[in-house]
Parts: sequence; structure tokens; C-alpha cells
Amino acid sequence: MPANDEGDAALALEVKGVSKSFGRYPALKDVSFAAADREFLALLGPSGSGKTTLLRVLAGLEEPDAGEVRFGGEDYLAIPARRRRAGMVFQHYALFRHMTVAQNIAFGLKVRPRAERPSTTEIRKRVGDLLDLVQLTGLDKRYPAQLSGGQRQRVALARALAIEPRMLLLDEPFGALDAQVRRDLRHWLREVHDRAGVTTVFVTHDQEEALDLADRVAILRDGKLIQLGKPQELYDHPASAFVYDFLGPSCRLPGVVEEGRLRVGDWVTPAAADAPKGDVDVYFRPDEIEFAPADGAGLAAQVRGAAARGPQIRIDCLVEGRSLELQVRDVIAPAGVALGLSVRFRPTRVKLYPRGAEAAVTSP
Amino acid sequence: MPFKIYLPGLAPLMLALAAAVMGLLIIMPLGVVFTEAFAKGASTYLASFYDPDLWAAIRLTLLVAAISVPLNAVFGLAAAWCIAKFEFRGKSLLLAIIDLPFSMSPVVSGLVWVLLFGAQGWFGAWLIDHDIKIIFDVSGIVLATITVTLPFVARELIPLMQDQGVDEEAAAVTLGAGGFTVFRQITLPNVRWALLYGVLLCNARAMGEFGAVSVVSGKIRGLTNTLPLHIEALYNDYDFVGAFAAASLLASLGLVTLVLKTGLEWRYSGELSHARKR
Repeated sequence: MPANDEGDAALALEVKGVSKSFGRYPALKDVSFAAADREFLALLGPSGSGKTTLLRVLAGLEEPDAGEVRFGGEDYLAIPARRRRAGMVFQHYALFRHMTVAQNIAFGLKVRPRAERPSTTEIRKRVGDLLDLVQLTGLDKRYPAQLSGGQRQRVALARALAIEPRMLLLDEPFGALDAQVRRDLRHWLREVHDRAGVTTVFVTHDQEEALDLADRVAILRDGKLIQLGKPQELYDHPASAFVYDFLGPSCRLPGVVEEGRLRVGDWVTPAAADAPKGDVDVYFRPDEIEFAPADGAGLAAQVRGAAARGPQIRIDCLVEGRSLELQVRDVIAPAGVALGLSVRFRPTRVKLYPRGAEAAVTSP
Repeated sequence: MPFKIYLPGLAPLMLALAAAVMGLLIIMPLGVVFTEAFAKGASTYLASFYDPDLWAAIRLTLLVAAISVPLNAVFGLAAAWCIAKFEFRGKSLLLAIIDLPFSMSPVVSGLVWVLLFGAQGWFGAWLIDHDIKIIFDVSGIVLATITVTLPFVARELIPLMQDQGVDEEAAAVTLGAGGFTVFRQITLPNVRWALLYGVLLCNARAMGEFGAVSVVSGKIRGLTNTLPLHIEALYNDYDFVGAFAAASLLASLGLVTLVLKTGLEWRYSGELSHARKR
């Protein structure tokens, strides 16, 4: 396995002011970030946010119009794609269809110049080791068409790891797999990353996947990087309504902040010192609420329907004229949540953003 | 996968109609060729192959195919590669030009060369001054054949290569492969059967082409007559056995092509444009 013996450079990847447009369509706008050696970084964003373009710039498959990319201090843009040693896993795997699994994995070693090429026995051994790593031992003679989606994905990863990459680039690696397989592969991928000791940049539109897997998550929107941080930081302190909305299910109500107090309908509560003034959008998570507060203060909700799913109850209700879906564990739900019933609840944690500053896009 | 539709009564009727048309227009003429060729017995049939002009025509046909088919394979591959894997201005124009021979009468394809290189043509005087012969010569026949068979390889490869996209090539590059390696080890193997298929059709057309070649060849027996032209000459001489004997060669070539083509379609349907299973 590629053991990275060089001392831990604080920064492995540095991206500064990268812009790229396709014709008149700007795909990346002045994107800057850095990743530490052996860091697992997720690029998260809705489709069309530029995350795949950014990954292709890192791989050398696209040339940015402006900006700088450095890796290990080197000017990465001056190095052609084939010499960057950036192992890339494509969204649809891009396995060589006319080659067996073993030939696919060995490709990167076999195309090396004669002087750097390992011997045939060495290549065979390396392929065997990688097959073990990706848990596909014994499938070396199969062709890609004879594999399941999950198996193809692992072959693609083994093929990328075979060149002892300095950086691993993954473009929605689980995009084409079903939910159960995705969850299984997620933790396994993290393990492979830790063992390979490389810097990994991972593109996804699935916020759960990004928050679950990555050391840090960069959120992109319309070609711009809008927030970068550790998963918990992002979740606790989303910089904008868009980020808040994108990171998980959310509820939004209109409110007003005046004289240090937040008012939503007839519910008044102290506002945080740094809260925006005037008309605001009040955001809260559908499961961060308490029902029937003891002091009676809270938002009035008219229940329109309720559905239990395991220990969770989803309550479809009307609050301040808006339809919201709240989620509660059945133990804290008021007894007999039923159609037409009016209940009071209040969010335990709210986030306030200036009204209309940013139209929130709902995550898929 | 397309759904099958069952129309009781109608389907057998259509099938019978299709079979009748096929029999009338294809099977029967093919039968006539061989019947006429053997009309005066096998020995007369074989005797007609003692004609040195026939052998000259066969040699010329093979020579023309041997030059024009590889050239068109290379051109077709290059054109398909450009069109399928890159974005550039004038792409649709190039596509239209490739298709032109399909939509134009072969006679016109031959005639343009006469207008360019014939004795009265644009470059005619210059060619005569420099003692270069194109019209009424092998080089003219090759030019005309290339023009007519231009689309076969490219048309077969373009849809397939577009379908395959550029991801595999991009993957090969990130794994350290250079441009030539990518082409030889990824692009070419991915289209090999489609290429063979296109070459097969291109070859059948190159050997069988009549119209374009007849304009430029001058029809000098034993010198510039290809096999199809020689058949016409024999027929015009009322040498029916000779004409059909020679025709039986072309018909056999057609049958062999058909068998190989069907074999390719059956074995490698996933890797051909024409017979893709969706």
C-alpha cells in the first residue's frame, strides 16, 4: 500500500481563486480552499454547483481560466493530467470494458515508462493485494459487464489506488448504487482512505454522505464555495439559509426581530445578540422542537395528518398559515395527536437569516 | 427493451408480404445469376475463366479495394474520433460532408473527378504537361471508389463512439497513459468489431461499385475495366455465360459479406452501431 513516508506537510492541496466557464456559462467562480495531507474532504452541492468541474480541474482534465492549484507545494497546473498521479474514480466508473478486472487494475502500472514499470510478477502481486483490499478476491478474470454496480465501483477504486496516487478524487462514487449498498460502502471507503494514507477529495450531492464521511465539507453553490468546515461546525453554524436548508430537513417561518426579541405569530422569545434585525426567516429542524410547553408559550399548530414510521412520528400541520412537517419521537408527542387538533410547540433551536436574502433551494 | 406487439392475423400477413417481396426482389435474381452462369454446363462456366481480360479485371478490382478500403478505414476512424470525442466548430458540416456520397448519385461522384482531372478539366492541361495520368487510370478509379465508399466506416463508428463517451479515455489519462497509448489500448479496442463491420461493408461496395468507376475508367479491356465494368462489357457482347460467370463471383462476394456481417451482428451486437441491443 502506498505508505506516505514523507513528513506530514501541513497543507497538501491548495486551490486559489480558480474560475472556469464553459462558453458563457460560469461553472466555477473564484474558488479557494486548502486540504491537509491525508485529509478527507467532501465537495457538497446540488447538481450544477460546479463540484464535478472542480474535481476535474484537480485531476487535470479541465484547465481553469484563472487561479492556482498547488499540491505539496508544486504548481499542479503545470503538470499534465497523466503525470499528476491523481487517482480518479468516475461517477459511472469508466472501467475499460474490453479488459478483465485484473487488466483494469494493472493498467496504470503497465503504461508506465519501461524504467519505472514494475516487473510482471510484481504487478500481479499488487493486483492481488488490491483485489483483497477491495474485497473482490477471485473476480480477477471477470469483465466489467459481469459485475454488479458495487463491484464495479470497487474495481474503479482499486484501479485508482494501483498507481499509488498522491491524491484520490472521487466523483459521486456511490451515485449509481442503491441506498443499502451506499451505506455499506461508505464506511469501508473511509477505512480504505485511512489505510492508503492519501488526501481524498470526494464529490457528492448527498449531505448525509458528506457529513458522515468527510473530515471537512465544502459547500458549493452556482460555482461558488460558500462554506467550508467540519461537519458538526457546518451543521451547528450554517452561514446562510441555503446551507441550513441543504444540510438537512428544515422548517421555515417568517418572523420579526425587534428590541432584542424575536416574534413569530403570537410567540415571542429573546433573540440572540448577533441576530439580524427586522424581517427575518426563522429556520429550525423539524425534530428540534418541544411539544406543549409547560408555560403555554409557543407556536400554534393545526394538525392535518400524522404518520408513524418506526419510533418517529411525522406531523403534517399548519403553522402561521404555512404547511410544515414536524418530526417527533412518539414518547414526546402529545397523547392523541389527531386530525384537526390544535397543539402548541416551540423550536428548541432556531436560526435567523435576513428575509429573502437568499432563496433556499431544497436538497434532493 | 422494446415491447413486442401482437396483432393477431395482421402479423402473419405482413410477414408473408415481406417474404414475397424478398423472394421476388432478392432471392430470385440471385438464383438467376447462378442458373444463367451454369446454363451451358459446368465446363462452359469454368471455360469462361480462361479469359485473361477477366483476370485483369479481378486483379484491378482487388487492387482498387486494397488501396481504397484501408484509406477509408483510416479516414473513417479519424473522422469518427474527432466527431465523437471532441467539440469543434464546423462539426455538423463535416458530418454532412461524410454523408454526401450517400445522398448523391455515384455518377456525379465520378464526374467531379473528370471535371477536375480530365483532359478538358480544371487541372487537365497541367497534368498532361507533367505526364500524370489520373482519369482513365487506376488512380482515378481509386479516387472515385474512395469518394463513393467514404461514409461506410465513419457512419458505423460515430454513433458507437458517441455512445461510449470519453470517460474511459479520461480515466486512462489520469492513470498515466499518453495520447497514443490511450488510442491504441482504449479507443481502438472499444470499436474494433464496429471497425471490422464498417470495413466489410466498405469493401463490398468498393468491389461492386459501377457508376462512379464507369465514368473515370475509360473501360479499356484488360487495363481499366474493374469486375463490374467487365461484366457489363461481356453482357453487351452477348456473352451471357461469361457475364453471369463473372457476376457469380460478385454475387459470391456479396454472400460471403452477408455471412460475415451476420456473424458479427450475432456475436458482437453490443459493440456495433447497427445492431445494438438497447
